[in-house]
Amino acid sequence: MMENNKDILNAYVLPVLRDIKEALKAFGLPRLIITGFLLLLFIIAPFAGISVGASLTDTLGRFGQNAIMVLAMVPMIHSGCGLNFGLPLGIISGLLGATLAIETGIQGPLSFLLAILYSTPFALVFGWGYGKLLNKVKGSEMMIATYVGFSSVAFMSIMWLILPYKSPTMVWGYTGEGLRTTISTEGFYYHVLRDTLSLRIGSLSISFGEILFFALFAFIIWAFLHTKTGTAMTAVGSNPVFARASGISIDRQRTLSVIMSTWLGALGILCYQQGYGFIQLYQGPMYMAMPAVSAILIGGASVNKATITNVVIGTILYQGIVSMTPSVMNSLIHTDMSEVLRIIVSNGMILYALTRKSGASR
Amino acid sequence: MNKKMNRKFDTKDFIANNIVPIIFVVLCIVCYPIAGYSPEYLIDQIITRLVRNSFLVLSLLIPIMAGMGLNFGMTLGAMAGQIGIVFITAWNIVGIPGLLLAAIIATPIAIILGWFCGKMLNMAKGREMITSYMISFFMNGVYQLVVLYGMGPVIPLHSDQVILPRGYGVRNTIDLINVRRSIDNFLQFNIGPVRIPLLTIILIALLCVVIIWFRKTKLGQDMRAVGQDMEVAREAGIKVERTRILSIVISTVFAAYGMIIYLSNMGTLNTYNSHSQIGMFSIAALLVGGASVSRASIKNVFLGIVLFHLMFILTPQAGKNLIGQAQIGEFFRVFVSYGVITLSLVLYEIRTRREKAESAKVLANAQEAKA
Amino acid sequence: MSEMTKPLLEMKSVSKEYNGNPVLKDVSFTLGQGEVLGLVGENGAGKSTLMNILFGMEVIQQTGGYGGQVLIDGKEVKFTSPLDALKAGIGMVHQEFSLLPGFTAAENILLNREPENKSVLSLVFGDRANTIDRKKLQKEAIEAITKLGVSLDPDMLVSEMPVGHKQFTEISREISKSAIRLLVLDEPTAVLTEKEAEMLLKAIENLSKQGISVIFITHRLQEILDVCDKVIVMRDGRIINELEAASTSINEMAKLMVGREVATSINPVEKDRKISDKVVLSVKHLWVDMPGETVKDVNLEVHEGEFLGIGGLAGQGKLGIPNGIMGLYPAGGTVTFSGNSIPLNNPRACLDSDLAFVSEDRRGVGLLLDESLEWNIAFPAMQIHGKFLKKYLGGLINWRDQGAIKEVTEKYIKQLQIKCTSSKQKAKELSGGNQQKICLAKSFALEPKLLFVSEPTRGIDIGAKALVLQALREYNRKYGVTIVMISSELEELRQCCDRIAIITDGAVSGILPASTPSEDFGILMVGKTKKEAK
Repeated sequence: MMENNKDILNAYVLPVLRDIKEALKAFGLPRLIITGFLLLLFIIAPFAGISVGASLTDTLGRFGQNAIMVLAMVPMIHSGCGLNFGLPLGIISGLLGATLAIETGIQGPLSFLLAILYSTPFALVFGWGYGKLLNKVKGSEMMIATYVGFSSVAFMSIMWLILPYKSPTMVWGYTGEGLRTTISTEGFYYHVLRDTLSLRIGSLSISFGEILFFALFAFIIWAFLHTKTGTAMTAVGSNPVFARASGISIDRQRTLSVIMSTWLGALGILCYQQGYGFIQLYQGPMYMAMPAVSAILIGGASVNKATITNVVIGTILYQGIVSMTPSVMNSLIHTDMSEVLRIIVSNGMILYALTRKSGASR
Repeated sequence: MNKKMNRKFDTKDFIANNIVPIIFVVLCIVCYPIAGYSPEYLIDQIITRLVRNSFLVLSLLIPIMAGMGLNFGMTLGAMAGQIGIVFITAWNIVGIPGLLLAAIIATPIAIILGWFCGKMLNMAKGREMITSYMISFFMNGVYQLVVLYGMGPVIPLHSDQVILPRGYGVRNTIDLINVRRSIDNFLQFNIGPVRIPLLTIILIALLCVVIIWFRKTKLGQDMRAVGQDMEVAREAGIKVERTRILSIVISTVFAAYGMIIYLSNMGTLNTYNSHSQIGMFSIAALLVGGASVSRASIKNVFLGIVLFHLMFILTPQAGKNLIGQAQIGEFFRVFVSYGVITLSLVLYEIRTRREKAESAKVLANAQEAKA
Repeated sequence: MSEMTKPLLEMKSVSKEYNGNPVLKDVSFTLGQGEVLGLVGENGAGKSTLMNILFGMEVIQQTGGYGGQVLIDGKEVKFTSPLDALKAGIGMVHQEFSLLPGFTAAENILLNREPENKSVLSLVFGDRANTIDRKKLQKEAIEAITKLGVSLDPDMLVSEMPVGHKQFTEISREISKSAIRLLVLDEPTAVLTEKEAEMLLKAIENLSKQGISVIFITHRLQEILDVCDKVIVMRDGRIINELEAASTSINEMAKLMVGREVATSINPVEKDRKISDKVVLSVKHLWVDMPGETVKDVNLEVHEGEFLGIGGLAGQGKLGIPNGIMGLYPAGGTVTFSGNSIPLNNPRACLDSDLAFVSEDRRGVGLLLDESLEWNIAFPAMQIHGKFLKKYLGGLINWRDQGAIKEVTEKYIKQLQIKCTSSKQKAKELSGGNQQKICLAKSFALEPKLLFVSEPTRGIDIGAKALVLQALREYNRKYGVTIVMISSELEELRQCCDRIAIITDGAVSGILPASTPSEDFGILMVGKTKKEAK
């Protein structure tokens, strides 16, 4: 009997355990902790008097708002440009599109389309220039991207003051010039996506509009990566020398990926604004890259590999924690430490990815 | 030899190698008449700012020597300094003894933080800068956790001056009336309207001497070796990892002292902002002085502080006089600070790349000579 | 020669194997004090392994140690790290410089052994707070330089030095170590100009006079005759012969170096094989800036359907030729293929003209290690010829045809007998030989008219070697594809090729039919003909 048990153990149980161990290893300890933490929050929530439905609604809403900005990381990671710390550049293109759309005075859902339309040429031009710059500094893209983002935010701060916008919804009331720091999207494209196809079950409400909008672009990126050009882009990221020896122009693929990332960044911020309800100018976009970067890393991406699944899982985990922690913490210990925890978790995740061996020299 | 002679007279090369300082000189010359400040006022301001910032900027030199680039992790040292200052303010210790005590408290914290940072950077060789930058972000979270929630309940501090009315957490701004200008006022004298804080200047001069001496030590030599080529240094038996960690620890400790001097000069502590701002401004100032990611000298430090802060003082006023909005000038100087770091980093990368392409030229020339 | 009873160094039947492959067999020799020993042999003859054993390098212990004995002054020693060897007074100057560019010669010579001034501060901060005694450092450096007997400015920065001075700095560093008794120089003259080489040879004589023994590894046989007392010729891990330098000749040494008969499973080239006279590829005045394999001035013509070999010793530039033509390293000169001029520094243009290249750097250039075999094999053909794609919307969308990719991958897996779990396995999980086959499959899928194959058998086991060579030959015979194979192994070239070009010092030193006796190739390799012609 004992022997028999042992055999069963050896034949069936141990391999399964090994597989689980492997799977956990591939999943990574930090990710495991974060998932566990989020689950714990959802388990505690009802005891702390928080409705799970409302929490889920909040998490999904934030997912819809942020997912495209996280998706904006994918092309650049694929082409080997690293994490897109220069996301603010894309966001600025989005802001230009948004403000120009409101300036026309056209209201309702059409303004959202206009904003996308107006932001596109900016995103293409900025992305092209940014891509050219990154091609000149291969190997230190991330540091320079960070500062390109910061510089462009600071530069646009000046621009928001002096550009001749006239729409009374946007400029300061008392002087009549210079844009306000926050502009409401109410009356323009506030909740255009969120209120489309939304479903209510008790306290839970799901907006299929936002999710479908994200799904559309996720599908486009997925499809792109299955084309000839997309394959070339992945090869450039995987082994640039191989790609070059196979006749691929590395610089062109990288520039293309940066343009795509920048454009997705512009779309991402527009999607964010329709959910959040405000356009944030001036220093607003300064640190917006960090949450997106850490979300995709939490989702399982590394500095040089990322998939759409990483985007979806990462955004849900990250936004889940961001939306759940304050409410649960507040009701438990009557202190809101969530902002501090968010900083530690998101930057800790980025730090973890940077200090892992992959890609680094010995 | 011939090459060297040519280099001296090549204005194009000179401009290319010193483009950042030159931009700043031009900027200051343009803004000076528009801003309309009196020269006495400017000199007084520049001396104040030199005194305030040079210790901090000097702390950046050692990691550059060890080939680890710009130490964005100096913010960690600044945090340690701030914690020291918070304690002595809460304990109501006045004047120079207070600052000394703050330094004593800050030292072990800075050593631990610096050691942590150095360890991390050893795991991320080749991308030290972005990593040290993220460390400063990460540690900022930990700092907030400690200062905003830990101080009061966990770390016993009971001072209305420091702690928020809710009973825990440090206030947003703390008035450092106890130690304000206490180093500067000691042995201070005036030349006309210009104040000369002798003791602080002595302290800074002392640090300069320490850095010059340090370059001559065995450790300094090892750092230069590690900075040039880790593999060669390792083969020669130098403990590369340890040397790198030491360079970060020293830098962090100096940054902590620098922060204490800075805060006592300022007279107020912005508990949650001072440190992150100071990191960026110090690095920008060093780069404005003509330093690069791999090369920086004491000369760069002082030139950089003068130029950078001159710009800092002049632009808001110039903006106000020119367009009638001081805010533009303020945004402009933020833009310039970030822009200067971006420009220096990009120029450095391009220059390194160009040097690598040189050897192909040599071969091509040899062929042409034959033909 | 000294009268000492015990020789300084003695090796007694030393042997070594890596994973069951013997690389050193029964090596014995002695070296007296002040003697200069020349060590010659082809790449892979076992010279480096022998030196690794002498230095107690970690690789040796990690791969199971060695057999036989190493004796110093008649006592057996077992070095477990290079530091032990150093303590026993053995120093080595490697082919690659280990110098800091921003330090002066003096600083480099005494790197990490700088003389220090004791200071009070070191009591607090430890020894590393001692300042460096610059004067003493200068003095000690000059002493070492004088001992070597060369002219070298101790204050010159390494980055501003000519190559020869860098070499002298390296050697001075070894000499400055107090107990130095035996110095190993690994191809020290390879990078030097003739004048610098002469200086170095004089320096070696100087050292020998001062009682320091030297082991001198070189491919320039004339130098052996000039400075050595005796010569050891190695081949296939054995000492073939020990010669007195005074009574041998370059021809004799060259013959001994390459004269190898190896039996492999591959058939010799058909005797009645006819090669067309049509020149398909012509290369004129090619230079390539490939570090370590610089090509200076190569002129070469390849005939249609030919299987051309390119041989030569490591570092002479043979690898630079395909890498330069295919645009992987900066290059200049003219290359014409089938009458069309090929633009250099443009990999795409080469591939579009139906040239293909299997790189010697499998992991770095040849493969996408993190991707599937399917991707690796199909990728170039997909990108260059638009194969394995489905077109939608009138060609606007080029969708990857997963089915076709799988099919072609499985075809090559079968054809080349690639061992793998599936066509979806990651390339990094395969063994070296199978990885090499993937690289071949990748190029075959391109259906090129001319194929460059660089070091196709490097680092793979014997069975796989025969398979790879067989596959190449079949490809040449069946489809009439012109192949240019670059290899360090002369015998391999002689088995497969129609003609073999030998590259020396960045230029072609001669082209001979493959049936020529190997001694003749040996003489071309050591560059004698060219030098003497001058």
